[in-house]
Amino acid sequence: MTPTSTTTAARVDVRKTYKLFIGGKFPRSESGRTYEVTDAKGRFAANAAQASRKDARDAVRAARAAQPGWAGATAYNRGQVLYRVAELLEGRRAQFVADVAAGEGLSARRAEDAVSAAIDRWVWYAGWTDKVAQVAGNANPVAGPYFNLSVPEPTGVVAAIAPQKSSLLGLVSVLAPILVTGNTVVLVASEDRPLPAITLSEVLATSDVPGGVVNVLTGGTAELASPLARHLDVNALELAGVVGAADVTWGELEADAAENLKRVRRPAGESEPNWKDEQSLESILAFTETKTVWHPKGM
Amino acid sequence: MSRFEYAPAPESRAVVDIDSSYGLFIDGEFTEAASGQAMKTVNPATEEVLAEVAEADEADIERAIRAARKAQEKVWGPMPGSERAKYLFRIARLLAERAREFAVLETLDNGKPIREARDVDVPTAAAHFFYYAGWADKLEHAGFGPDPQPRGVAAQVIPWNFPLLMLAWKIAPALAAGNTVVLKPAETTPLTALLFADLVRQADLPAGVVNIVTGAGPTGQTLVTHPGVDKVAFTGSTAVGRQIARQLAGSRVPATLELGGKAANIVFEDAAVDQAIEGIVNGIFFNQGQVCCAGSRLLVQESIADELVDRLKDRLGTLRVGDPLDKNTDVGAINSARQLDRIRELTQAGEDEGATRWTSDCPLPEKGWFFAPTVFTDVSAAHRIAREEIFGPVLSVLTFRTPAEAVAKANNTPYGLSAGIWTEKGSRILAMADKLRAGVVWANTFNRFDPTSPFGGYKESGYGREGGRHGLAPYLKGGIG
Repeated sequence: MTPTSTTTAARVDVRKTYKLFIGGKFPRSESGRTYEVTDAKGRFAANAAQASRKDARDAVRAARAAQPGWAGATAYNRGQVLYRVAELLEGRRAQFVADVAAGEGLSARRAEDAVSAAIDRWVWYAGWTDKVAQVAGNANPVAGPYFNLSVPEPTGVVAAIAPQKSSLLGLVSVLAPILVTGNTVVLVASEDRPLPAITLSEVLATSDVPGGVVNVLTGGTAELASPLARHLDVNALELAGVVGAADVTWGELEADAAENLKRVRRPAGESEPNWKDEQSLESILAFTETKTVWHPKGM
Repeated sequence: MSRFEYAPAPESRAVVDIDSSYGLFIDGEFTEAASGQAMKTVNPATEEVLAEVAEADEADIERAIRAARKAQEKVWGPMPGSERAKYLFRIARLLAERAREFAVLETLDNGKPIREARDVDVPTAAAHFFYYAGWADKLEHAGFGPDPQPRGVAAQVIPWNFPLLMLAWKIAPALAAGNTVVLKPAETTPLTALLFADLVRQADLPAGVVNIVTGAGPTGQTLVTHPGVDKVAFTGSTAVGRQIARQLAGSRVPATLELGGKAANIVFEDAAVDQAIEGIVNGIFFNQGQVCCAGSRLLVQESIADELVDRLKDRLGTLRVGDPLDKNTDVGAINSARQLDRIRELTQAGEDEGATRWTSDCPLPEKGWFFAPTVFTDVSAAHRIAREEIFGPVLSVLTFRTPAEAVAKANNTPYGLSAGIWTEKGSRILAMADKLRAGVVWANTFNRFDPTSPFGGYKESGYGREGGRHGLAPYLKGGIG
């Protein structure tokens, strides 16, 4: 046998097979399935886990377990934790730019812009944690000797379908506002462009965000969105990413959500918006409940 | 406990003229239903027919929505807020001036004690219009953007437990924000809404701004699913709310849903017991317990449970059940035979499942639909009477040992409309209030309502808020709900 030539060939790269992010850990899909992710030009990018209904249920359980703690943290603390995520995003900037450029087929400069906008948006929302109650709450001057105060509270566990096209800026635009008030999230990443969501989960895993606050599922949007829309321990649905997804409509998911009267945030239009403009207090308040507390006054 | 004897003190019904039949109020006029169909509304205290009321079908709804659309686009929407405000102030004033008429009619049609119709329903309805009147020309200060715009035509469906008050909760904010409305009162309590239509004419409100269409479930379904509607607001059962949510899925029409409840009223051992007992009574026997936010589950700390329940029974023995028009009556009639059947079915289930029943031995009138105040002890969390909304004068008593257990039990329900806390410890009130998953938390009080105070539920009690600044949002573009 002749020895193979080992002259200076290019190094064989380590190809990635990514996993899910549930409860602060990175499990494989219980189904064992993976799918191939390609870049905008159709070249192999990575293998991603193809999550199942069971994974979705596990993610809901992790999100439910984490919810009281996240909501119970002080608003100042949540703000700091979220701000620290922005610091980490900045540190991983090059990887995000590469992911976004390859996945969305953007020029390096436009990918840079998208990543910058995403990080800036994260900072904007991080600053809201300790202001929402002041802006959206009320002292109510009732006609009687009573103290009466209304405050926004988190809705609970939110299932969010991340935008299909805008894989980082769109993702941050739907995820960050849900977290501000203390909701926890099961996020279904863009089916064809999941890599920024996966990289974000690696950021979150090394941040101070408690395990289970954000859970990231990769795989088929239609396959995962439906069990989440039906799940009776999910309080709300963010459907921004359903437009442009295959084999599922936001209307059918909203109908499923009616079973336990989930709060539903409908997509703004029938195609993906320009995420540059999608930054609002309303995005935060869509996943809150107003609680009003009364107490008599007396000497 | 000895009982005082009272001479009957009936409020005169001469103050009200009830027509033998009523049409639909569309585009400023009473008109016949296209189908000619009618239904009867009955006095639940006597079972006498009060009037025949038209039953609206698709053609009538179509006409009402077209009238509302025209009025919204041509008159009410373009009108300066300051002018809209004056119409709403007028309505508030007229309601106060005609308060006695409305109160008597409400009691006749609904069965609630005149004391409550007179002291709660009607004045609170008038106050609601007065409050929202002032918002009509200040919407840019409400926190929903610099130039908030009305949604358009609102379809509103209300329940039978507070007919006029729920009408006010629906119509006042909608009109203040520049919307026009088509409102359907409940099948069994249409009369005060029809009297309100008369008041609307008296106020010279432009035609088509308020349209009242009467009918039963199918009329409501037709109204809320009509493609010409921009906003739906519904108060009623969770089952119907769920159906509406499903029907509106995939559309661009937002809904406000105020649905059922199974509120926990939590009494700690350090509570001021006399006040707590009054709060418990008010919580579950106000309006015969036909209140979505009723304190229907009493959670009492184990150490004081026996004593508290004994004292509660003594107090309940003094409640006077009977003629709703009598000013001394505490508990009136159940609104319908159907509702009375539901209360009987659930209380029977309570007995069958092993809870211990106590029912006041107060005399009940021979005619009419009445149900004596009832308390169940030895109730477990799995019993139907602990899980299902009874909507009647029936209290289920459960016990707890620690605050954490109280929170867990209180939140162990798919509902989340209201909750009560009774304790003299301020820090405990605030901690409990944080942990209870309910839209309204009453601490050391219960069943308080005010136009400035947002009301609405968590979870399967629905979504959206009515009342206060928050109550404007559902009627403005870009507002939540």
